[in-house]
Amino acid sequence: MVAAASETWEDHVRRTFRAMVTARTLESKLASLYKAGKIVGGVYIGPGQEAVSASLGSCLTWDHDVFAALIRDQGGRTAFGEPMLDATRSYLGSARGPSRGRDGNIHRGHPCEGLPAMISHLGAMVSVVAGMLFARRLQGRLDGVVGAASIGDGATSTGAFHEGMNLAAVENLPMVVLLSNNQFAYSTPTERQFACASLVDKAIGYGVTGHEVDGTDLLASLEVVSKAVKSAREGQGPQLVVANLLRLSGHGEHDDAFYVPEELRKSALGRDCLEVAEQQLLAGSYITEAELIQWKEEAAEEVQAAVATAQQEPGPDPYEEDWKVYASPDLNPED
Amino acid sequence: MGEVTYIDAIREAQHDLLAKDERVFIYGQDVGAFGGAFKATHGLHELFPNRVVDAPISEDAMIGLAVGAAIEGMRPIVEMQFADFSSVGFNQIVNQAGTHFYRTGVPAPITVRLPSGGTPGSGPFHSQMMESIYAYYPGLVIVTPATVADAYSMLLDAVALDDPVLYCEHKFLYRWLKADDLEQQGEHLPIGRARIVRPGKHATVVTYSAMVHEALRASDALAEEGWEIEVVDLRSVKPLDTDTVIASVARTGRLLAVGEAFPWGGVTAEVVSRVTSDGFHLLDAPPQRLNSRDTPVPYHPNLWQSHRPTLESISAAIRDLLRL
Repeated sequence: MVAAASETWEDHVRRTFRAMVTARTLESKLASLYKAGKIVGGVYIGPGQEAVSASLGSCLTWDHDVFAALIRDQGGRTAFGEPMLDATRSYLGSARGPSRGRDGNIHRGHPCEGLPAMISHLGAMVSVVAGMLFARRLQGRLDGVVGAASIGDGATSTGAFHEGMNLAAVENLPMVVLLSNNQFAYSTPTERQFACASLVDKAIGYGVTGHEVDGTDLLASLEVVSKAVKSAREGQGPQLVVANLLRLSGHGEHDDAFYVPEELRKSALGRDCLEVAEQQLLAGSYITEAELIQWKEEAAEEVQAAVATAQQEPGPDPYEEDWKVYASPDLNPED
Repeated sequence: MGEVTYIDAIREAQHDLLAKDERVFIYGQDVGAFGGAFKATHGLHELFPNRVVDAPISEDAMIGLAVGAAIEGMRPIVEMQFADFSSVGFNQIVNQAGTHFYRTGVPAPITVRLPSGGTPGSGPFHSQMMESIYAYYPGLVIVTPATVADAYSMLLDAVALDDPVLYCEHKFLYRWLKADDLEQQGEHLPIGRARIVRPGKHATVVTYSAMVHEALRASDALAEEGWEIEVVDLRSVKPLDTDTVIASVARTGRLLAVGEAFPWGGVTAEVVSRVTSDGFHLLDAPPQRLNSRDTPVPYHPNLWQSHRPTLESISAAIRDLLRL
């Protein structure tokens, strides 16, 4: 979404919060559709991560910046400006989705508008974002641009994350890596994932600036993410933002997350960032009760319309599919 | 034989690409001021300082960077210091680059140079042939130039393609193989077309990369015994020019597929499979394969010479085929 240069802090907060509301409403619907057997494949949602994800998305501009959203970034995707139909068409198997049924759920993207389409291999998108920025530097188009990659605690164990972070630092690219430390990689807790005291300390090793924030707190998240994005945009090199929070869902909707301890759910990390944000914004007079109700209603209407549209559309037809794997027409085998 | 080597051709192609096309850049370990481990980028950093860039030892991230840059309209060339090390970048090659166009409709035109194959004393981790492993994956183009002219023109063609290309250059040919100039003799063949490098009528040897030269030497030896062996240089192993191969087998009735890669599956198995399926009626004898041994590539030249196909083993395989 294009942020006006004159946008006030209050308006930025409101815009970010509204993306959270929309994302939660959409993902709740997708989860219901999954349970009703209406989804093609799995559903992967990001409740509990909307505050920090939407904060990142709302600091970036569609078709100007780069945002490699990952599995739990509906908040960020919405805030960045991804059309909602991309989500419903992908999940419901419409042939009109961004990958025309060739790939699904969270693997959708608009690479030419700055939203690369993630592969499942964690950490792999960090270097892709670096490459998009590297290209723009060569093309003289890097001024004022930021590239962001979203990852979780599990991805920090991969070689791809390490290589990508190090390369981004060596190339001194205007990157923000948002590390949502949501305590679990599928079922694996953080103590089986890393042994450092805090993930933000990894920034020291890479020679990048580290930031740490309570990811359940929208105002804190937006402040820290805005600062990191601003630093990157101003040429201060890669920024690593660690947001501590708890994944408030299973890995996917097939997973009931029985392994998440009750005391963790009840801890400060387990707060629902959307509820926290509602209280914050009402208490701080960023929004009114009436606006909150209205935004929720409008989100529900938008979701309903996007689902209905996608449900009416046909799935891909294997007889119409061209099965072309090469962009060069001459290389594709003739049928 | 002239003085232009196979590595000269690669260097010249990269020079010409950089000079003519601002979208082209080279990213790889030691490719900058040092000029590359094999000097394939010698002097290019001085001419194009921003576009011939040293990379950290991060094969995964190097390919990821190239894909990202390609999305943004660039034409990156990634130099793997040795083809063997591309295994570290395997995920980005097959899952990121190979799937990108199919999944998103946005091309990912990267060229990955793979210094491939054995040389004396190189051992298990500096000698591998990776073309078969990449050819398995959809969306990738795999080229294996065997001549100085092809080394030049196929690199230009690879970078011009809108698809990810693995350019498998053979290290054994780097300085040994020479030509008068970079000009192609005869017709310019696009990627995906094989070339009959020696016509014959008694048997067809289908091969690629450095083994083309071993096969030609074997054919010379067989000629002294009165046999006319047709040698087909595949040039690109994916797409594979089945038509040219089958047309050759139609003339000769006998097939030997030779490759330097490990024997399990791979390019030679694919050639035999296609000929058997589509041209079984053309065969006068069971089609044969000759590959390296199914062990890591050994270090000592005595063992290495016995590990890969050579003039002697190819000649013996042809003689066996002619007796079948």
